[in-house]
Amino acid sequence: MRLRSGVFASSCLLVQALGVALFLRGFFPVPVRSVPRREARADPPAEPAPPGPGMVSNWTKIPPPLFKKVVIVLIDALRDDFVFGSKGKQFMPYITQVVEKGTSYSFIAEAKPPTVTMPRIKALMTGSIPGFIDVVVNLNSPALLDDNLIWQAKTAGKRIIFYGDDTWVKLFPKHFVEYDGTTSFFVSDFTEVDDNVTRHLDRVLKREDWDLLILHYLGLDHIGHMTGPNSPLVGPKLREMDNILKKIHVSLLSKEEASLPNLLVVCGDHGMSETGSHGGSSEGEVHTPLLFISSAFGKRSAPLAQPQHVQQTDLASTLAIGLGLPISRNSVGNLILPVVGGKTMREQLRFVHLNGFQLSRLLQENTPAYEKDPGYEHFKIAEKSHGNWIKLYLEGNNSEILLNLGKKVLKQYLEALKTLSSSLSKQVAQYDIYSMMVGIVIIMEVLILLLLSVPKALSRQAEFEVPLSPPLFSLLFYLMCLMLCAVHVIVCTSAESLCYFCSMSWLTAVGVMMLISALMCGILSAIAKILENYRLPSKNPVASSYNWSEIDVLILAGTIGHVLSLGASSFIEEEHQTWYFLINTLCLVLCQELCRNNFLLKECDLQHSTSVKQNFDSIGESSECKNIDIPAESNSKLGKATSSSEFVKGSDKWISLATPWIILICCRLLRSLNQTGVQWAHRPDFGHWLTSSEHKSELSFLAAVSLLMIFFLVQRRCSLVSKIAMALGLLGVYSYRAATGNVTFPWQHDGKDISKGITEARFVYVFVLGIVFTGTKDLLKSQVVSADSSTKSTGLWEVYSGLVLLAALLFRPHNLPVLVFCLLIQTMMTKYIWIPLKFDAAQITIMHYWFGQAFFYFQGNSNGIATVDISTGFVGLDSYVEIPAIFLTAFATYAGPFLWAIHLLCYLSSEVSRNSAAVGHGCFCYALMRSIPVAIYVVLVTGLRYHLFIWSVFSPKLLYEGVHVFITAAVCLFFTAMDQNHSYKVQD
Amino acid sequence: MREAEVRRLLAANLLCALAIVLTAVAPAFFLDGFSVLGTHLTWLCVCSVCVATLNIILHLVLKPNQSPKRRSFAHKISRFLKCCIYFFMSCILFHAIIVLYGAPLIELVTETFLFAVLLSTFTTLQCLCLLGPNIQAWIRVFSKNGAMSIWESSLQITSVCSILGAWFGAFPIPLDWDRPWQVWPISCSLGATFGYMAGLIIAPLWIHWNRKQLTYKSR
Repeated sequence: MRLRSGVFASSCLLVQALGVALFLRGFFPVPVRSVPRREARADPPAEPAPPGPGMVSNWTKIPPPLFKKVVIVLIDALRDDFVFGSKGKQFMPYITQVVEKGTSYSFIAEAKPPTVTMPRIKALMTGSIPGFIDVVVNLNSPALLDDNLIWQAKTAGKRIIFYGDDTWVKLFPKHFVEYDGTTSFFVSDFTEVDDNVTRHLDRVLKREDWDLLILHYLGLDHIGHMTGPNSPLVGPKLREMDNILKKIHVSLLSKEEASLPNLLVVCGDHGMSETGSHGGSSEGEVHTPLLFISSAFGKRSAPLAQPQHVQQTDLASTLAIGLGLPISRNSVGNLILPVVGGKTMREQLRFVHLNGFQLSRLLQENTPAYEKDPGYEHFKIAEKSHGNWIKLYLEGNNSEILLNLGKKVLKQYLEALKTLSSSLSKQVAQYDIYSMMVGIVIIMEVLILLLLSVPKALSRQAEFEVPLSPPLFSLLFYLMCLMLCAVHVIVCTSAESLCYFCSMSWLTAVGVMMLISALMCGILSAIAKILENYRLPSKNPVASSYNWSEIDVLILAGTIGHVLSLGASSFIEEEHQTWYFLINTLCLVLCQELCRNNFLLKECDLQHSTSVKQNFDSIGESSECKNIDIPAESNSKLGKATSSSEFVKGSDKWISLATPWIILICCRLLRSLNQTGVQWAHRPDFGHWLTSSEHKSELSFLAAVSLLMIFFLVQRRCSLVSKIAMALGLLGVYSYRAATGNVTFPWQHDGKDISKGITEARFVYVFVLGIVFTGTKDLLKSQVVSADSSTKSTGLWEVYSGLVLLAALLFRPHNLPVLVFCLLIQTMMTKYIWIPLKFDAAQITIMHYWFGQAFFYFQGNSNGIATVDISTGFVGLDSYVEIPAIFLTAFATYAGPFLWAIHLLCYLSSEVSRNSAAVGHGCFCYALMRSIPVAIYVVLVTGLRYHLFIWSVFSPKLLYEGVHVFITAAVCLFFTAMDQNHSYKVQD
Repeated sequence: MREAEVRRLLAANLLCALAIVLTAVAPAFFLDGFSVLGTHLTWLCVCSVCVATLNIILHLVLKPNQSPKRRSFAHKISRFLKCCIYFFMSCILFHAIIVLYGAPLIELVTETFLFAVLLSTFTTLQCLCLLGPNIQAWIRVFSKNGAMSIWESSLQITSVCSILGAWFGAFPIPLDWDRPWQVWPISCSLGATFGYMAGLIIAPLWIHWNRKQLTYKSR
């Protein structure tokens, strides 16, 4: 079967996307921890039996609740220093007073990454540590099926009322007797989300018909997302929260009866980083305050030292004890002892025993060799001494000795609990190794196949024979299929843990196995062919005589260097630095190339005969100079020289010489627009300066100028209709931003009415669709009618400009310069560097890829989850609609690479007249550039899966890489479609 | 190939390398608390000055480019002034390139500039010594097969090695090891220095090994 390189590359990439999907599914397993909760109603353990016959403790029931009413106030993104730091003292006077003097216990709860709301709620309520995959389904939270506190409370007949983030309502459907969910997706809404919670408060606090009240305030998180932790908006918000807490506390105190005290819990689900976002594992994101306020606690006499650190998961166990409920089965949390510190020694021991029993049972269910676990051993020892203690207690011994002995037992228990929960937390990362391996094998095979076919795919015809039938009917293929199926059966029948690949249907599994063996046979036959060619070296001397230019060396070194850098967590965190470094070097090398072309060639022309002819055997510039009058050859380097005479012309020469420097300056400006990464993310950058509320007019001016520039840069190759549509669309973008309150019109001074700007955004969408539609129409026309290629290039450019308009709508206003510089650099590069220097398609593709990567980071992205701007998914939408939201967010995040890829297509299809296979080459190189890092990274991540930073650094990067592969596959399909048109035309 | 000249080159280069090693060690005897990492700026100054002086002296002693013409004193002076201006401009250019590569624009200006001076010393100063303020000659030397004597080959190799060293020296900066040498611009300047020293040692060896292929033609 003959395939063109474009088709070959896109099919390879599709297969690779399949492999990546399988790998991701294996790497992020849905954690299945304990038995489902319906069957989990085992009886609670009794107190450990004292040794010796005759004596039995009769305390088998769960201890009664310690608190009557419990109010949980969860303030989203409440960082520890907002309560315990200077901000807390300034803006939360009541809470500060309660913390310092009142009846309260304060802790700093450490959240585990990913610090995103839904996993954190799960952690708080189940006590387990949710897997990383929870981030991915964060936007679409299904009901929580694990054993959890809310479910336990409901089964125990407690009446629960909830107001706040509707994630809770989705997580716990039908659990609340009364609820009002507010959606968390309108990030720009600071006040209404919280008013919607507070408005119920007065009424509810007066009522008596509830046991558990949960309030989840979102306003602070929204403020953090939009303006950061140091914005002036944070203070008033904290003061508002302080007043609410005061109101609740006073009301709880006033209603307190003698029998049981009430409890007020104040906590945050996660903190916020210095830029105001969250998701990663920096200190600000991980540390949240946790306050227990109740009259049951003793008044604090000494001023509070630094609050103690606890785990966020500890809240679930503590609340379960406090409410007299069984501890959720999957909880890995420890009881926070001070909270029950006022109880008798027997009760305290009973509580920690319950906690320890639950943890050791979880350990038993998850580890085969649980008996050797030190935590389990400690627990057994503690249980035994607990039994002894009860014996003494039942004997009526009530002296000081008993108390001291009890304290010792308590200490033993606490140590056991700590060891148990740490060894359980370690197990959270259970990888589905088999699925991962199958994924890796597919990915690597595709990569090897692509690498082996490089020489042929980049040949002039860009076409090669894919030997499909011989391998498919070979014995090897069938043998390999059989063997792999046998391996599959063995692995799946012997594995104890859950495996995704095994749970797939047999037909699918056999299909995947056949795919693997077919790829293997393809690789083998490709190797065989290469060896065959190698034996007859006289036939192609091309390979050896190919001379490497500096650009080629840089491209190769840069690609390899970048791939190798993926093994180090710091280099992943700071990957933007790698790309900025590489494109800077690229610009300098281009500058050198331009200098050589401008100066040396001219010199050669002048003193043609004397100096140059002597270097007969050299291959460098001198030979190029000599070849000036030889007709053009396929070799691009020779072609470069032929153009030099027409190229060197007056002012053009100087502009072209200045181009790399202008691009360098642009890149430097963009770099200081958005500080990203981890180490230097806190540095002040231009973007923050612009988004702060004092500089609204500057931002408006910049946005207006940027939109104007975008129009001028884009319109020159559009048809008249698209030009008008583009202009109107860009106006719409500005008015959308004005409506959402980001920018102002010069005539509008009191921009109070902030709306969601739905009308404006939809107005822009109409033009985006219109422009893209016009472009597609042109493309179809050029395909069907087989008109000249100008129709096609106009069509492509129109599609491109439609996408630019969409990006302009979705980008935050301070990021609009990124778009301008993107267009500017593309224009300058095309005019002064790529066309005059006549690079071949492969080099151009790789340069586009590099710039695309750099622009990914220029627009403020990083390799952490926190920088994904989910608010773009709601531009022009009334409520959360899944498909458009995902599409818009993905487009806005990958706008840089995507726009550069489409520009590459525009450029290459205009190059077709010179090199008919340009688009095919481009597609192949683009696919190769994507599949090299992803293949290596997948292997690296597998090796590093027990690395300390696997969840905070490597996993987000893996997700980014995976999504990028899917997007690249789509882009390559588009490439192939365009290539198809052309080839038909040629055949006609 | 004139073996003697290669030997002279080797000696000169070894002297330069030795001088750099001495700049790292010797000032500790005169200055209190001197160390390459601790008082990096001082070391940058010392190293630049030493390498510059040594290069000029070696150039005057060895006279690698024998110019037969006797020139007037005024001409020499103007040539010297031109050299100074060129050197200063190259410092500025290097500074600009380093800033474009991402060095902070406003903070740490001294550090960046001294690093630029060091790079200029390793590259531009040698060009000035050997070729004089003659841009055309520079472009010739730094294009392929442009070298016309072993001195020019050595110049090519050492300059490229210093720049490459500085380039590679930037790699450890993002790593989170918190080592003292990761502070800007220490790793880069150390990289440049090691690159320069490597170039000094590689150059004579390379010329020695490739002496069959190297057939320098005079214009």
